[in-house]
Amino acid sequence: MDKVMSNKKIIALYVLPALLLIMAIVYIPIVLTAYYGLNQWNGIGRMKFIGLDNYAALLTDGTFWKSAWHSLLLAVFSCASLIIYLAVAMVLATRIKGANLFRKIYLIPMLLSSVAIAQLWLRIYHPTNGIVNSVLESIGVANPPAWLSEPKLVLFALFIPILWQYAGFYILIYYAALKNIPASLEEAAKIDGASALQIAWKIKLPLAMEVIKVTVVLAVVGSLKYFDLIYVMTDGGPNGSSEVMASYMYHTAFRAYDFGYGSATGFFLLVICLIVTWVIRKITAAKETIQYS
Amino acid sequence: MFSKKWNVLLLTMCLALFAAGCGKSDSGTGGSASKEGTSASEKVTIKFMHLWPEGVSAGQNKIVNQIINDYQKEHENVTIKQEVLDNEQYKNKLKVLSASNELPDVGVTWAAGFLKPYVEGNLFAPIDDLLGGELKDKFVAGTTEAYAVDDKTYALPLEFNIAPIYYNKAIFKKYNLEVPQTYEQFKGILKTLSDNGVAPIALGNKDRWTGSLWYMYLADRIAGQKTLADAIGGSGSFKDAGLVQAAKEVQSLVDSNAFVKGFNGLSNEEGKAEFLNEKAAMYLMGTWELPNYTTNEEIPKEFRDNVGFFKFPTVEGGKGDINSWVGGPGVGLFVSQNSEVKEEAKAFVQYFVTKWGEQSVTGAGVIPATKVDTSALDLPPLYIDLFNEMNKASSITLFADVQMPANAAETHLNMIQALFGKAVSPEKFSEEHDKAIAKGN
Repeated sequence: MDKVMSNKKIIALYVLPALLLIMAIVYIPIVLTAYYGLNQWNGIGRMKFIGLDNYAALLTDGTFWKSAWHSLLLAVFSCASLIIYLAVAMVLATRIKGANLFRKIYLIPMLLSSVAIAQLWLRIYHPTNGIVNSVLESIGVANPPAWLSEPKLVLFALFIPILWQYAGFYILIYYAALKNIPASLEEAAKIDGASALQIAWKIKLPLAMEVIKVTVVLAVVGSLKYFDLIYVMTDGGPNGSSEVMASYMYHTAFRAYDFGYGSATGFFLLVICLIVTWVIRKITAAKETIQYS
Repeated sequence: MFSKKWNVLLLTMCLALFAAGCGKSDSGTGGSASKEGTSASEKVTIKFMHLWPEGVSAGQNKIVNQIINDYQKEHENVTIKQEVLDNEQYKNKLKVLSASNELPDVGVTWAAGFLKPYVEGNLFAPIDDLLGGELKDKFVAGTTEAYAVDDKTYALPLEFNIAPIYYNKAIFKKYNLEVPQTYEQFKGILKTLSDNGVAPIALGNKDRWTGSLWYMYLADRIAGQKTLADAIGGSGSFKDAGLVQAAKEVQSLVDSNAFVKGFNGLSNEEGKAEFLNEKAAMYLMGTWELPNYTTNEEIPKEFRDNVGFFKFPTVEGGKGDINSWVGGPGVGLFVSQNSEVKEEAKAFVQYFVTKWGEQSVTGAGVIPATKVDTSALDLPPLYIDLFNEMNKASSITLFADVQMPANAAETHLNMIQALFGKAVSPEKFSEEHDKAIAKGN
C-alpha cells in the first residue's frame, strides 16, 4: 500500500473525484454568484451587465447593514455562550453521576430539524397561549410582551432557541476534547495539591485551546450565515427587526425577484465570513503550542 | 505492474460512478422528450406541477386526482405526472426551474405582477387559441384579463375570490351586536368587544398580505376604487389625501386594540386559529376560506354554523360604495413555452379548467373562475350568498401585491407590516409606495 500511495498519479486519482465534486458544487457556484452580482437580473429573463452597481448599492444599503448588525450580534452571543458550554462540558467530563445521561439530554436539540424547533418555539412564544406568557401571567405580570412581534425584543427572543439548538453540538466537541487530556496530568496535579479550579484553568483550558479556537470560528461563521430558524419563525419581521444577512439575501432574490442584487449580497456575505475567519485566526494564532507530556 | 492494475480498476470505477450520476439527472428531462411521438397514439407524458398537497388542501387535491384520472382514461396515450408542493415552496421551485429552463409542461401561476417576468422571459406560451375555442364565454368577466400581457393571455384562471369579513354570530349575539353598515358602527363594535376582553379581529400579519387587505379596503372606502387603482397602477399617487387617511385609519385601528395581540408576529394560519378557536370575533379573508365555514368536516359543525359574513362597511364622506370588493382571480394554469408536448398540454389545460369549474363548487367549496349555475346544485347558504354578492359587485380591485411588479409588491408588503407596527408614518408609507412603483420593477 505504501508503494501505491507514493505514486503521484495514484494520489491525483484519489483526490480527483472529491475535487471535481467540490469544484462543481462549491467553487463554481461561488464564481457564478459573484458574476450574477454584476448583473441586473430578475432570475427569469435576460441578464444585463451593470458592473459593480449592485455592490456599490449594497455598501450604502441601510437595510443590509442593519441585518449585518443583527448577524454580528448573533455571533457575539454565540461566542459568549461558548463559555457556558465549556463549563458544562468540564463538569460532564469529570466523573460525576449521570454525566452520560446529561450528555444525551444536551445533544437532543441538535437531532431535531430546525423547522421542528421553530414550530416548537413559535408555540412557546405565542402571545396568548404560549407557555412563556402563561407562566408570566400566572405570576402576576399584567401584560406580558408579544415576544415575536415586538421590534425591540424579537431578535433576542430568537437568539434563545438558536443558541439552545447548538448547545449540544459544542458541548459534545468540548467533552471529546477534555476527555482526550491524559488522566495522568490531572492526577499529577492533584498529587501536587492543585484545586479543581486550578486544574481547569491551568491544565484543561490550555490543552483544549486548539479545539476552542476552532469552535469560535465555527460559531462566528455559523452565526453570520444563519438563516433557518429566523426564516421560519419571523421571516425577518416585523419591519425587518430580525432580518439577518442570509434572510435579506433570500428576500431580495426570491421575493423581490432581484437575483443580481441577491447574488451580490450572497457574495458579500462570503467575503465578510472570510475576513472574519482570517481575523479570528490571526488574533488567536498560538505563540507557542502548549505541550505537557 | 501492481500499480497499473490498480490504476485501471480505479479509473473504471470512477467512470462508472460519474456515468451513473449523470445518467440520473438526464433521465428526468430526456426521458419525457424522447417519449413524444409524431402520431397522436404514441405515448405522451405531461408534467404537471401544482400546489394542492393532500394535507393542506384535501378538497382540491381530490379533484385534481379525479380530473387527471378521467383524462388519462379518455386519452389512453397520455400520462400525467404530478409534482405537488406547498405554496411557498412552489413559488421558489418555479423560479429555480425557470432559471434553468426546465418548467413543467403545465403549472400553476398567479396573475399580473407574478406572471409578467415569466412572460417577458418568454417562458409561458400564449393560450389565446383556447379562449377563442371551446372555452369562449365560459369565464366570469374580468378574470382572464388579469393574466394578459400586451393583449395576449398566458394563463387560464381556476378560482375567483373576493374578501368578505367573516364574523362569529355567537359572539355578536352575546354582546348584542348588529352587522355594521357604516365604519362608525364598526368602530362601536370594536370598542364593545375589546371592552369585554374579546379580541375583535383575527389577523396574522407576519404574512403581510393579510394586513394589506385591511389597508386596501379602507383605501377603497375612503378614497374610492379609482384613486386606489390609479395609485397602484402608477398613474396616480399614494399621496392622495384619501389614501393617506386610510393609512392613518389603519394605525388608529391598531391603537384601539382592534387586532389580536402580537398580530405582527403571527402567521395567517396562527391568526386564523384565533378566529377558529372563537377567541376573536372577526376575520377578513378571501372566499378560498369558505370550505372551512361550510363543508370542512375537520372543523366542528357548531362553529361552522355560527360563521356569517358582512361587507366592509362604508366610511362616512368616503368615495367608495359597499359593493366594491377587494379580490380577483386566484391561481391559473399556464403552459410552458418550451414544452415538447405543447399541444397536448393545452388540451389538458382546457379539459382541466372545464372540469374544475364543474367539480370545485361541490367538491372543494371554492368559487371557480368559470361560470356556474348554482341554482341546480345543493350548496351551503353562506356559499350562495357570497356567490350572489360577487355577481352584484360594482368593482373588484385586484390584491395589491398580486397587481404590482415583484419589487414594488415587496415594498408594499414591508410597508404594510411597518404601518401596522407603527414603524412608519402614513406620509412616509405613501412616499415609499410612490417611489417603489415609479421604479417599475
